Parts: sequence; C-alpha cells; structure tokens
Amino acid sequence: MAQYTDRALTEEEMERYSRQMIVPGMGKDAQLRLINSKVLIIGAGGLGCPAAQYIAGAGVGTIGIVDGDVVEISNLHRQVGHSTTRVGMMKVDSLITHLKGLNPLPSYIPHLTHLTPHNAADIISQYDLVLDCTDNPATRYLISDVCVLLEKPLVSAASVQASGQLTVLNCPPVPQGITSILGVTHPLPPCYRCCFPKPPPPSAMTTCGEAGIVGTVVGMMGIAQAGEAIKILAKGHHRADILNDPPHEPTFPPSLLIYSYDLEKGPSSATFRSVRMAGRRKTCFACGDNSPQNLTLEGIQKGTPNYDQFCSLPSAKVTLPMEDRISASTYKDILAGTQSEPEQKILQGILIDTREKEHFSFGAIPGAINVPFGKLLTAAAIAKREKQNGQEGREISKETYERLSSVLPREILDQEEDKKDKESEPPIFVVCRRGHDSQEAVEKLREMGLDRGGKRKIVDIIGGMKAWKEEIDPSFPFI
Amino acid sequence: MGDSVPAPDKPTIPITVDFSGGLEMLFSNQKRHSLTIPATDSNEKPATIAFLIDHLCKNLMTDPRSEMFVLDKHIRPGILVLINDADWELEGEEAYELQPKDNILFVSTLHGG
Ligand SMILES: [Zn+2]
Repeated sequence: MAQYTDRALTEEEMERYSRQMIVPGMGKDAQLRLINSKVLIIGAGGLGCPAAQYIAGAGVGTIGIVDGDVVEISNLHRQVGHSTTRVGMMKVDSLITHLKGLNPLPSYIPHLTHLTPHNAADIISQYDLVLDCTDNPATRYLISDVCVLLEKPLVSAASVQASGQLTVLNCPPVPQGITSILGVTHPLPPCYRCCFPKPPPPSAMTTCGEAGIVGTVVGMMGIAQAGEAIKILAKGHHRADILNDPPHEPTFPPSLLIYSYDLEKGPSSATFRSVRMAGRRKTCFACGDNSPQNLTLEGIQKGTPNYDQFCSLPSAKVTLPMEDRISASTYKDILAGTQSEPEQKILQGILIDTREKEHFSFGAIPGAINVPFGKLLTAAAIAKREKQNGQEGREISKETYERLSSVLPREILDQEEDKKDKESEPPIFVVCRRGHDSQEAVEKLREMGLDRGGKRKIVDIIGGMKAWKEEIDPSFPFI
Repeated sequence: MGDSVPAPDKPTIPITVDFSGGLEMLFSNQKRHSLTIPATDSNEKPATIAFLIDHLCKNLMTDPRSEMFVLDKHIRPGILVLINDADWELEGEEAYELQPKDNILFVSTLHGG
C-alpha cells in the first residue's frame, strides 16, 4: 500500500477533490488510494448510472463498465447517466460519455458485452472491487462465484418497483474453502450464495420491464452502493491481509440494507432498515468447506454450474398448442365480423385482458375486461382449494361463487339460461402484454371448469398487446 | 386444529410480523401486523418460527397462493427470515422459540436493477 501514498496530489486533483478530502476520515492517503483503485461496474442501468457518477466524481482512477444493451427511451426516467440524444447508442459508450464530462481524470474501460460465464473471469480479474448493478439472478450468482474465486470484494444492490436492497459481500476477501481462521473469532464475510443459497422460483420473480421501477428508489440504492465502494477502497477494507496481520481487526458484521418506499402511503413514510446477516456458511456451494470441488474458474468457463438452469430463466411456463391460440389479426376479424372462413366462424365472446390495471389504464382492445394476472391466479387458487376441500361437483357453492365473483367478472362465471343446452357457448379470449401470461391464464380458466367441459372455447391471442400494436393498431399506446 | 383462535385461558405471546419486498401482497397488502399467537403448539411445545409460519398461512394469509410463501411446508427459497433484525440462521432458524415482543420480518430478495 505504501507506494500508493508517496506522491503529491496534482493541483487539479487538489482542487477537484478538496471538499471530500477534508471530510473527517478521508485525507490525502485515502484520496490516493481511490485514485489508484480499479472498480468494475457490471450493468449500466438504474443502479449502474448513479453508482458510476459518484465513483467517477470521487476520483476512482480506473473505472470499467460492462453492458451489452443499447439506450432506450424507457430507460431514461431512472438511468440518468444516458441522454435523449444518445438513444440507440451502446449504454457503456453513452455512460462513459457522460462520466468524462463529469470527471475527465479517470481511465474509463468499456466492456461492450453482457457478462457471461465465458468472459466473467477475464473481465473481473482486471479490477480491485466489483459493483453488481445487474437485473437478473443468473448473472448475480455468476458474479458472486467469480468474485469468490478471484478474491474480489463485491457490493451488490437490487431494486424492483418501490423496494431496494443493498449488501456488501466477500469483504475482505477470504480464499475459497476457508471457513475459519485461527485466532479470528468473528464470522468470515459471506458470499451471495451464503446469504441466498437458492434462487426464488421463476414464478416469484419480477423484472423491471414487467413490474415497473421507481427511479429514485433504484437511484438511491445505486448511490448507496457507490458509497460503500468508496469507503472500502479509501480505507483499504478490502485488503485481505487485515485478517492475517495480528492483532486481528474484526471484520464488519455482514448486513443487508432494506429500503421501502410506498406510493400508497403519505409523505415521509419511506423507511430504511438494516438487518444482520450470517457470515460465511460452512456448507456454502461457492465458498464453504467443500466448495473447491464444486466451483472452479475452468468449470465456470466450460458451463458448470449452469446458471440459467439453476435460476431457470423466466420463460413461458405453459405452452399452448397452436389450435388453442389465435393471432391478433384473426381476433380483429372476429370483432369486425369479417372472418375469411365463415364455415369455421368463431363467435364473438368475452375478451379478458390480464395486464396490470396501470398498463390497462393507457388503453385496451374495445370491450376488453381487465382481470390482472395476479387476480386470476388468486381465483384459480380459490377454486382449487374448494376442490381439495371436497366441494367438488358441478355446482360451485354459493360462497365460492361470491368469492370468485369478487375477482372474476360475472360474465365469465354466469351461464346464460338460454345457452345452457346449446352445442357451443361464446368463447373466452385472453390477451396479455406479450403472450406469456395469457397462455397460463387459459390453462387456469380451464382448470376452473369455465370451459364447461369443452363446450366453451378458451383461447389466447398470440403475442399479446404487443402484437396488436404491431399487426393491427400502430397508434396503440403499448406500455 | 385448536390454533386458529387462541382459547381465552391459553397463554399467548404478543409479536409483530413484518412483510417486505412484495410479500405484503399476500397478507392483505399490509406491511406490519401486531399479532397475539398461542404460546404453545397443539403438542404443548413452545411456539417456534415453524409454528408461526404455519399459523400465518392458516390465519393471516389473505391470498390463497400459499406457494408464494411456503413450499413443502417450509419457507420458499428467495425469502429471508429475520428475527429481531438478525438473519434467522443466527438464531436457530425454524426451531427458534418465539419470545414476547419479538419482531419477525419476512422479506423476499430482489434481483432487478
Ligand atoms: Zn458462500
């Protein structure tokens, strides 16, 4: 460390960093440590943009940024390191353009790719500390595993809708497989897998594109992430030797910061909560006692473990056969009564739109009834519970009917008297945002018996409202 | 089972239960619940976190999608349980015996960014 502190600051550095250097606890040595540090920011989005701004502003000398995406206009409400004039540019290039304007002194290293098992070790090995600013669990596990193997501290944050979380992992780094050090009584720092050994099932995961995200919430988490990184580097907390040099400095009790913000509540209702986490787990797959048998850099490069499979990336869980699906243009013909093969004419029926009510509020196909997907699943669970309780039978009990009708429109539940004995009943059409949820919805509606033993068709619209916009109505406000 | 409503003569424990990270949606969209739960289970054993999880599923959950909270009778992967602001691993996980005024926080882990 000594060689880092034996030069004077330049005049420009003195002027630029003076306000932070005079803060108690900083000073010249801390600033020089920042200048000599190399930080990798993985993800140039809602977390990465604000984090990168403060990392750059503080004078970290080498800043690498990894992202394979391009700037979209829907990013800009939260990804404030980009700009309207740079829509379509690679995010990494766009963010570096912004950062150079903020502080031209650091070296900026673009990595114009997503982080993959193949390139992860190569990229991460060039840096002292990593910020996980990504948006999916598979990449989060990959980053943590490689950081364990390369002994890099990791500052990890995440945010969805109006919640945020932040935790510092692997700091100071301890070699893989070591779960106790002679004379060190406090717990050793955990990795991501120590805290979260198993990913949630894909059905329980929400992404920013589907669930939405509040700019200030994710921004707050990104800034807090930069704050932790700056502290670690300025104070040398990431030096592994602080564990070996007696007297043993205690490591910091691992913690998780939880930020909650609530649009339904009044002002001043947001909360921060910091909770204590356990340390390195003896049984951890990545860093525990037997971990060297599970996890190596060569293995990761060759595809073991399989991160996508481990997290089973969200995909259409139900795949309907094509005869149970119709295209947007077929549905338009049904609506307009202009079907090309009148002998196979599909009756007009009920259209259920399973998007969230916020999505629906911007516009829908005329006549569509909004039953948000979550509500529909709730209704399906109610019906299933009744069945298990032995209330099976053709008649839905009055109580179940009442409960179902609080979530499902009566048009779907009720059976018109005069149609009871007819060969076929008007179908139910289901549309969602992009054509995934709608397939599952069709399945659930059938499980609930609403296909009346096959007399009533239940089909979904392929590609959802996105396809409706692309094929039928370009002016439709798809969101 | 006798644990749905505590009988008046049975000892109870006052606790608070918090839900965060979206789990509150399963519990009438309310983040904090002040509860009085039976001090012992049906076998007269002290109430543990495992007992509480079952109790919450039976008595407090308003959304029938219980698989968002429990899988095979255990808390589902991706949910952290914190006992008085400490990871439950530090406190004995499901076997931890509840004490009066305990705060139990269930938080689902986030991945977006
Ligand atoms: Zn670990």
